[in-house]
Amino acid sequence: MPLSRLVGARVKRREDPRLVRGLAHYVDDVRLPDTLHVAILRSPHAHARIRSIRVEEASKAPGVVSVVTGIDIRDSIGPVPVVAQNPTLRVPLHTVLAVDKVCYVGDGVAAVVAQDSYAAQDALDLIQVDYEPLPVVSDPEKALAPGSPVIHSEWPDNVAFRWTLKQGNLAKAFRDAYRIVKQHLVHQRLAPIAIEGRGVLARYLPGEKELTVWSSTQIPHLLKTQLSIMLRQPENLVRVIAPEVGGAFGSKLNVYAEEALVAYLSRTLNRPVKWIEERRENFQATIHGRGQVGDVEIAVKKDGTILGLQYRAIADIGAYHQLLTPGIPPLTGLMLSGAYKIPCISMEVTGVFTNKMSTDAYRGAGRPEATYVVERIIDRVAQELGIDPVKIRQKNFPQRRDFPFKTATGLIYDSGNYRAALSKALKLAGYEKLRKEQKRLRNQGRYLGIGLSTYVEISGMGPSAAMPAGGWESGTVRVEPTGKVTVLTGTSPHGQGQETSFAQIVADELGVDLDDITVVHGDTAVVTSGIGTFGSRATAVGGTAVLQAATKVKEKARKIAANILEANPVDLVFSGGKFAVKGVPKKGITIQQIALEAHLATNLPKRMEPGLSATSVFEPSNFTFPFGTHICVVEVDPKSGEVTVKKYIAVDDCGKVINPLLVDGQIHGGIAQGIGQALWEGVVYDENGQLLTGSLMDYALPKAKDLPRLELARTETPTPVNPLGAKGVGESGTIGSTPAVVNAVVDALAPFGVVHIDMPLMPEKIWRLCRSKDAADRRG
Amino acid sequence: MAATRRITININGVSTSHEVEPRLLLVHYIRDMVGLTGTHVGCETSVCGACTVMLNGAAIKSCTVLAVQADGEEVLTIEGLAQGEQLHPLQEAFWECHGLQCGYCTPGMILSAYQLLLRLPRPTEKEIRHGIEGNLCRCTGYQHIVDAVQQAAGQMRARR
Repeated sequence: MPLSRLVGARVKRREDPRLVRGLAHYVDDVRLPDTLHVAILRSPHAHARIRSIRVEEASKAPGVVSVVTGIDIRDSIGPVPVVAQNPTLRVPLHTVLAVDKVCYVGDGVAAVVAQDSYAAQDALDLIQVDYEPLPVVSDPEKALAPGSPVIHSEWPDNVAFRWTLKQGNLAKAFRDAYRIVKQHLVHQRLAPIAIEGRGVLARYLPGEKELTVWSSTQIPHLLKTQLSIMLRQPENLVRVIAPEVGGAFGSKLNVYAEEALVAYLSRTLNRPVKWIEERRENFQATIHGRGQVGDVEIAVKKDGTILGLQYRAIADIGAYHQLLTPGIPPLTGLMLSGAYKIPCISMEVTGVFTNKMSTDAYRGAGRPEATYVVERIIDRVAQELGIDPVKIRQKNFPQRRDFPFKTATGLIYDSGNYRAALSKALKLAGYEKLRKEQKRLRNQGRYLGIGLSTYVEISGMGPSAAMPAGGWESGTVRVEPTGKVTVLTGTSPHGQGQETSFAQIVADELGVDLDDITVVHGDTAVVTSGIGTFGSRATAVGGTAVLQAATKVKEKARKIAANILEANPVDLVFSGGKFAVKGVPKKGITIQQIALEAHLATNLPKRMEPGLSATSVFEPSNFTFPFGTHICVVEVDPKSGEVTVKKYIAVDDCGKVINPLLVDGQIHGGIAQGIGQALWEGVVYDENGQLLTGSLMDYALPKAKDLPRLELARTETPTPVNPLGAKGVGESGTIGSTPAVVNAVVDALAPFGVVHIDMPLMPEKIWRLCRSKDAADRRG
Repeated sequence: MAATRRITININGVSTSHEVEPRLLLVHYIRDMVGLTGTHVGCETSVCGACTVMLNGAAIKSCTVLAVQADGEEVLTIEGLAQGEQLHPLQEAFWECHGLQCGYCTPGMILSAYQLLLRLPRPTEKEIRHGIEGNLCRCTGYQHIVDAVQQAAGQMRARR
């Protein structure tokens, strides 16, 4: 009987029935009796000294149980951690609530604990803070200029760190170049905007001395360790549960002040305490992404061959580091080779403190910046040299035989076939026809633009040596006495669907029904160890750990089966979910039957431990490098400046696909976010550090009507890094799409002499560019 | 704190009655007093649509409606859409088409789509995209949601 292969099949998600019925439990849906509610008073100033805080009136307000300020708790809670390292790193003391000064709008100043959230909110208005405003610097370039206000007075300037990478003889490359093309680029700040904001519920049991924290997080295990350190609470008495998590995109790959604060309050008050973030707080006090400005220079030969690339950037850190803040810009540097052979590369980045919320990992985390730099500048080169953007890319691709391909930045790209993905995308788009159409429409005064992006990204994070807090992942497979299979994973999915995809992996390996498998995640008391879900790593690293655990279980089951069947283990075949002696398939027994024997433990091989479970911790030997080609077709109306995305083709190669339905979903969502950055999104602070985009009315998230129907296709180049062959797909869509859209718009506006526009490509910006050209033409 | 007022709201066919502050939002009434937590809060400003419920047959954003405004009225939340274990065609289609990832926007999205299909049993893709533009989803890029609504529309027409 051939076993139906689930890996590779479009299996419907097993998570969904509870979600579509509204029966799932996000943090705010977890209800404990006697829970108190927290509201946080946040600074309205971007930079100010706190002269005094008066909380007496608030403390007496109806329903209020406690009010705490930074001074009250500074000796009880350690600083908000940063784990990314850099020898030049300056780490300002980042207290859970501000003590003597606030450094950004939204900086926590005091917390009210009350019987319900309304009472807590009411009491916030009764807290009186006397602020002495200080000079503000919100622009990272100005923050570096001499004479700028200095945010952290323990250092002479606002430099947070410097990071450089230099490989090859760049001076020679630039000397030998036929042409050097330069471009200034802005990667604007973005707000991740998970539709569920952050939320924390903590329960301290004074008898057991046990602290349980439910948090909307991507990293329950790392959070457990960090909370234990911050609160000086023994780690074996901390349990973190990531319940249903309503999206994250990197914004919950962190350890936040509120997580420690709420846990501390519960431990102090001996009551469950809950804090649910409001959207306004989410804009002010949840990490932002991107926030990089830079100058790229590329040296090329006359035929378009790239000789060298140099990128100098300033990274806008915000007022403090969060968990991985200084680790993000180096990812840009590492990926500056893009999908091309570039013999010499250098990057210098300066991290700069500003009076704003911290930047950190947002979907792509440093790699969208790299892809944008490379894909934008290669289009500029194509334009300058009069080479088709397709041809210049093909010319510089590494060939199939070049893999594993070592980049000048020191990475080893595992596997790839960049030409195949590009060819497929060109064919699907009808590229030649589109170019003709573009020409035809231009003659009618209509502006079609065709943009390409042939990206490669770094995924499957990653070998521990390259990660700030471990790059491995754990997986456990346990066959219960009744034959049901429990899978534990250290990854912590929040929409990716690993309850389904990991069950597919185990179902195939053990030959059991999908319905007999349950995948458990997100509870540190149940899943003994783990890292989490981020960096497109869950399947490549966590899925492999699960697969390896299943293989161990199968091997143990083989020995038990051999004992029962009175045969040599090597003489057994595993087929159709059964072990049987070669040539005697009828007498086979299933792993589920073997599980009962394993637990009864009366008929086991000598010296074998009872039970049928195994754990594997997978340490990958390298990252993985998904790639692909995105083609975007836009029409720009020069009269209104409006951009319409007419067509979008994405050919992505994420290695072996476990569940195509889920992969499509990841690509769709990723592209929507990438288009969002290109066209609409941007966190804006004014020069006083006031957040102008503090609500969903001011920050433009893509809506259903704004997006075209995306046309997806795939090539499949497995990675040799893990036995699944899977690379990862969580960030490809975002990384690949942004430059494709910008390249398309710039292409559309070529007749107006436009060679670059900074994101977001708002209609006003485009309208001004077109208008100035019109005016110039009239002046003639 | 203002004087409380007793209100009665029929939710999913069940009459509920509580003393509430006049300022209590309908979404908090549904979640915290009645205990139906399938209706989510995403922005508190009626932009994201996560809190969408049906009030007397019209989709509304319950984060900007007071509970007292719904006194004596009928509310349908996501928990009331399935018939026992039998999922509504929209729920079935969202599942089938992978119209959700994290699931947080899903209850509101489904109820907005529900209203759309009551008004337009045979919507075009454009009409669907317009019809759900008051509901934000950050995970899916909407494409599978559009597919789900189209599929559900077919199912619902077939049922009639």
